[in-house]
Amino acid sequence: MMSGALVEVVELAAGTVLVGAVLVLWRRELRAMISVLALQGGALATVAAVIAFHNGDGGLGTVAGIVLLAKGVVVPSLLARVVDADPRSRETAPLVNVPSSLVAAGGFVVLSYLVTGPVVALDRGPLTRLAPLGLATVLIGFFVLVTRRKAVSQIVGLLLVDNGVALVAFLLTAGVPMLVELGASLDVLLVVVVLQVLATTMRARFGHVDLDQLRELHD
Amino acid sequence: MLLVAVLTVPLAAGALASACSWRRSVGWTMAVANASVLGLGIALAVQTDRHHVAGGLDGVLRADALSAFMVVVIGVISVLASVQSIRFLEVEATSTPHGPRRAAVHSALVQAFVACMLAAVLAANLGVLWVAVEATTIATTFLVGHRRTDAALEASWKYVVICSVGIALAFLGTVLVYFAALHVPGAPAGASVLDWTALMRASHHLDPRVVRLAMALLVLGYGTKVGLAPMHSWLPDAHSQAPAPVSALMSGVLLTVAFYALLRFKAVADGAIGPGYTRALLVIVGLASLFVAASLLLTQRDVKRMLAYHSIEHMGLIALGAAAGTTVAVAAVLLHILGHGLAKAVLFLASGEILLVEGTSEIEKIPALLARRPLLGGIFGFGLAALLGLPPFSLFVSELTMIRGEVAAGLGWAAGLSLLAMAVIFAAVMAHGRHLLLGDPGGTPHATPPLVGIPLVGGLALCAMVGVAAWPLQSLLVAAARVVVR
Repeated sequence: MMSGALVEVVELAAGTVLVGAVLVLWRRELRAMISVLALQGGALATVAAVIAFHNGDGGLGTVAGIVLLAKGVVVPSLLARVVDADPRSRETAPLVNVPSSLVAAGGFVVLSYLVTGPVVALDRGPLTRLAPLGLATVLIGFFVLVTRRKAVSQIVGLLLVDNGVALVAFLLTAGVPMLVELGASLDVLLVVVVLQVLATTMRARFGHVDLDQLRELHD
Repeated sequence: MLLVAVLTVPLAAGALASACSWRRSVGWTMAVANASVLGLGIALAVQTDRHHVAGGLDGVLRADALSAFMVVVIGVISVLASVQSIRFLEVEATSTPHGPRRAAVHSALVQAFVACMLAAVLAANLGVLWVAVEATTIATTFLVGHRRTDAALEASWKYVVICSVGIALAFLGTVLVYFAALHVPGAPAGASVLDWTALMRASHHLDPRVVRLAMALLVLGYGTKVGLAPMHSWLPDAHSQAPAPVSALMSGVLLTVAFYALLRFKAVADGAIGPGYTRALLVIVGLASLFVAASLLLTQRDVKRMLAYHSIEHMGLIALGAAAGTTVAVAAVLLHILGHGLAKAVLFLASGEILLVEGTSEIEKIPALLARRPLLGGIFGFGLAALLGLPPFSLFVSELTMIRGEVAAGLGWAAGLSLLAMAVIFAAVMAHGRHLLLGDPGGTPHATPPLVGIPLVGGLALCAMVGVAAWPLQSLLVAAARVVVR
């Protein structure tokens, strides 16, 4: 059984991931969103590191280091480069206003507690109880993807979904097997690189990265 | 050993292509590499038929009859696509100063893409399967955006974002299955828990409520990559914007590689919760896909978009066949995967040739193809007939068998609805096809180069041959279906 202090650290870090997702809904500046992502990366790495320390799992410790480097440092700096290169589009233009978005976020948290009922019932450990926080982050990420139309804010939404899934994986199963974890981290990093290249190309071509103005393809 | 070779050959060819600037001989090397993948796939099919399972790379790779069948499908279609690529890339390489470089990168990415699909069907661990499927998205993004037009960029953005989100849900589903497997009493700890064999052994003891949640996420998540409604919206854009050989691979095999993942997870879930729940999920997404395809096919004006919506229809049919879930129905699903792959690849490759010689892919602007370009028009006509499920092509046999399986499994009402959607699609495609193919323009007909004609006619002939006499495949299909049917 994990000691009380360690559990509290994990609770705090898992809570930070969800609060970060809510902050993304609240703030309009893209730079602020990117800082929030870096914070989430740090919180995720903390969760992994504490579990690794408790289980004496060296592999998971390495994963924690990789998560910190990838999600805490590399991804935010890639996104910051996209934002800095285009001073005109530093703010998002949400389709749903901030107060309504926050109400929706509250709904997502309730929903994820309901949905994860069977999961929590299977293993009444202190970490499993926190799984709904991860699912709520996934749902908020979805919401960001649907309601934000700037290229960078869509990448942020995608990363929120991904961070939520990663949090659930750490809490429920102390991470997936090493090979899968490494592959998954590499995939996420490459997706962000691909999206950064696409966003840069789009800006060079259209002079903006506002997806609402891309209307070539529709039925 | 065989499994490692299957993965190494396309990767080595890709590395070679990226190292030198593109020439015709490089294109032929890619085709030969993919042909050897096909050869190795057939060897693997024979081997799994005799010994049931082949392993490799310290247990990371594993092949049973189902994997071997998928390797054969991937091999066949990548041979077709890489032969056609030679003509496409030759035009590309000679048209601009950066051409040879771009053509080389294109070849390397296609080979990486093929290797990712092979890794997906050969992975022993269902987590590694996920990694490989996600990697296909990354490998194909720049291929979708290859033409660098506004529409191509928009399509590739949509493609990456929607598919990555979808596949993230599939990862969550995989984590939940792993969680359930770790809580089976007496389960071994460690990486092997997510291995297919271990999961199948433990499947009767998995917590049913967690597996239900996981299956919903997996159907939605992998369903995104399969192109099943409601997560299909990326598909028509990506498949219409990608260069024709890439569209042929994406539509002909990538969709069904993702479906292969669903077949594997369905077998695990059937053990834990019985077939009813997954069947209901598959029937819902299958019928939704059929009706989305039917309603949008009516108004299509572009040849490639028409073909893309047709893919959504066929994925819906496959989902319904898998929902029926008997050995015969699943064998028909696999035959349909092969038949649809062949016919769709031929059609996309033919549409690439049409775009090349006519300069457009708008149906309105390319009338009377049969009179003006008899061979190309003929290939396109027979390809459409194959896709619409007309005999002697194999899709006729597989569709009929799937429908019989659905009726036998008590899904007669769903089969009836699917026939209704298919009738609408038949009428819509016939109307488009009539405009495209028939008419009398006068003037002398143009010839089609043999490099284009021979592989496409070969693909259609294979599709018909499999339809008339499935004997070389019969035992493989049944063995492959038995892998995922309890």
